[in-house]
Amino acid sequence: MTHSGSSLPDLPNCTSTAAPMSEIRSPPPDRVLEIVLENVLHFLTCRRDRNAASLVCRSWCRAEALTRSDLFIGNCYAVSPHRATSRFRRVRSLTVKGKPRFADFDLLPLNWGAHFSPWGSALADAYPWLEKLHLKRMSLTDDDLNLIARSFPSFKELVLVCCEGFGIAGIAAVAANCRLLRVLDLVESVVEDADEDEEVMDWISCFPDGETHLESLVFECVECPVNFEALERLVARSPYLKKLRLNHYVSIPQLYRLMHRAPQLTHLGTGSFCASDDVAVGDQELDYSSAFAACKSLVCLSGFRDILPDYLPAIYPACANLTSLNLSYADVNADQLKPVILQCHKLQTLWVLDSICDEGLQAVAATCKDLRELRVFPGNTREEAEGPVSEVGLEVISQGCRKLQSILFFCQRMTNAAVIAMSKNCPDLVVFRLCIIGRYRPDPETHEPMDDGFGAIVMNCKKLTRLAVSGLLTDQAFRYIGMYGKLLRTLSVAFAGDSDQGLKYVLEGCPNLQKLEIRDSPFGDAALHSGLHHFYNMRFLWMSTCKLTRQGCQEIARALPHLALEVIDSQEDKADDHIEILYMYRSLDRPRNDAPKCVTILQ
Amino acid sequence: MATSASAYENDIKNLKATELTLGLPGTHLQENIPIIDQEKSSASSSSNKRPLQLPHEETSPAQDCGSKCSNIAKNTDDDAAPPPSKAKIVGWPPIRSYRKNSLQEQSEAAGGIYVKVSMDGAPYLRKIDLKIYGGYPQLLKSLENMFKLTIGEYSEKEGYKGSDYAPTYEDKDGDWMLVGDVPWDMFVTSCKRLRIMKGSEARGLGCAV
Repeated sequence: MTHSGSSLPDLPNCTSTAAPMSEIRSPPPDRVLEIVLENVLHFLTCRRDRNAASLVCRSWCRAEALTRSDLFIGNCYAVSPHRATSRFRRVRSLTVKGKPRFADFDLLPLNWGAHFSPWGSALADAYPWLEKLHLKRMSLTDDDLNLIARSFPSFKELVLVCCEGFGIAGIAAVAANCRLLRVLDLVESVVEDADEDEEVMDWISCFPDGETHLESLVFECVECPVNFEALERLVARSPYLKKLRLNHYVSIPQLYRLMHRAPQLTHLGTGSFCASDDVAVGDQELDYSSAFAACKSLVCLSGFRDILPDYLPAIYPACANLTSLNLSYADVNADQLKPVILQCHKLQTLWVLDSICDEGLQAVAATCKDLRELRVFPGNTREEAEGPVSEVGLEVISQGCRKLQSILFFCQRMTNAAVIAMSKNCPDLVVFRLCIIGRYRPDPETHEPMDDGFGAIVMNCKKLTRLAVSGLLTDQAFRYIGMYGKLLRTLSVAFAGDSDQGLKYVLEGCPNLQKLEIRDSPFGDAALHSGLHHFYNMRFLWMSTCKLTRQGCQEIARALPHLALEVIDSQEDKADDHIEILYMYRSLDRPRNDAPKCVTILQ
Repeated sequence: MATSASAYENDIKNLKATELTLGLPGTHLQENIPIIDQEKSSASSSSNKRPLQLPHEETSPAQDCGSKCSNIAKNTDDDAAPPPSKAKIVGWPPIRSYRKNSLQEQSEAAGGIYVKVSMDGAPYLRKIDLKIYGGYPQLLKSLENMFKLTIGEYSEKEGYKGSDYAPTYEDKDGDWMLVGDVPWDMFVTSCKRLRIMKGSEARGLGCAV
């Protein structure tokens, strides 16, 4: 660390990179303290710490605002772009999140909002030095991407997660114009297909010639073919490329070539992992495992769409080093998966389909002692009596993977005993999301509700911040959550509870609750009312197909002027006052004016 | 909209096809619970459920947000012989549509018939479920949409006229045949994979029939 300007000789180890300091030898006395503060605040990177610092007093608030370079907007409607850019003047990296999570499950009407455009124009004006933009569940157009591409000469990083509204043309604009681009990550976003008559734009060829700065290129979700020759050339001239996630239009022989071009890769998404039918089977079969052996730095593998299970053994050379493996799009059975799993001793993150079966989970438990995160997705989403994974798998995992921190588990049956076992065996759990696909399903052995299982989780897992519940649940489950879930920040509830009391327990008992999403549960106005003291501390509340009435929501709106209550209803005139969806969030600014017709914002 | 809705309501009552059950796992699928009337919903104390709302017509590209808003129980079944499918609740289980679209849902009791489809000159491979098509016209239309091309008109004598592409398939015996040569049902059971041939090879195959 270097000395700062000579005006402050008694402060070694200060660097000031946040704001351009003037060269004045001795600053005016009232500025000295601010300069000191700015230098110190520079070291605060965690936004929660910064938020706390900004509350100390006005000058701290000002100093903090001037030195915050990473701005996180958890809800794009909580604050207007103008307000954000007026307060924070020197932002280099911005994250904005838009739609509520239940939009992923088609519960939100189309055209609901979360449009990026107003943010785009504000950013172009306020932060010409912007380097990074992370957007999640936002709606952005090709024009927006064009704006981004042309407004920020230092632009380095674009990450779009679960976004929609744009197409290849927008991506091409970014590729062509952002000469310093290091990261282009398109994750689970809907990229509009080109019109039938139009040629698919070759966006890969839009990257400028010569060596690139690319470190990460993720385009698994781009649903159109890519120009492979151009891609190969791009990879060959990207010496810093570490993360490459291909879409399923890249076949395994093509993957082979790319891997040999980029042996320095650490994260690889494999594309389709099957051969094109141009090559007859047995005809010059390439040694695909040599490609995986050549990439000695691989720690994360994903992709495997359209997988031909015969090719799976090709990844064996990489297994021993893998810390993250995502096979959740791979249609493979337990027998095909086990040989892979048994070699992955260092695995910390595993995403699979339930085709792994309890037996496969046993192999995971036996081998992956370092496992921190497990996600088991359903291959079949129908409500069945039995499924390939069950309480047996969960229990076995809890016994073998004691360091588990995060689990998402879809199943058709689950017992309280297994959940209780996990609560005791895995005390480090921070995220527990259990989805028993059959709604209102009790414990199949005891025929009891699942209250005790989830109760044990909140009681024993003292670090738990995120919980999703399912199965047959009474108000008792929520009583446990209110009693023990003191660190809980996110709670997801569906088809659960008996009465208003359930929601009351939660709203009165969980002081750290920030995100609450509820569907199809019998909670009404009285329950909502019990949260008045807390709603300003929350990012949002979602309640759909519950027992709320417009009248009840109106009362909340009157009591709390800085809350936006969006009532979303498909039917115009109804017999009763019940509403379909309430989406409620705190907001510093006037209600938005871009809502579709079916949304009413109560004030 | 109202008339079709009430007609559909009558159909449901007649069909007794509501699939919402409170039974324990393993309870016989045929047990039905009568539709809860709108008027009764507020009175029912122990039921946690909302009344069954009338399904809307499928509106595509839905500008109408109504089709997305309510807890719709879509009756996915038709008048087929296999047991009636369970009604699907919107957004349940909570899987992102991105993931749902990427995976092929295992079709029901009869099992889906998934075949790979490749096209000459293109590296990408697709998989389709032959069961979802009623006949050749739908299949060909779907292939045209999928690969963004036009397949010509089929004729017994001359194969596919009017375009460079011809759809072919490999049957159980390993022979490559022109799609359309055999009756649809026979095709569905004997087709192992599809290949869209281009150019002279395609024309050659047509004549060989």
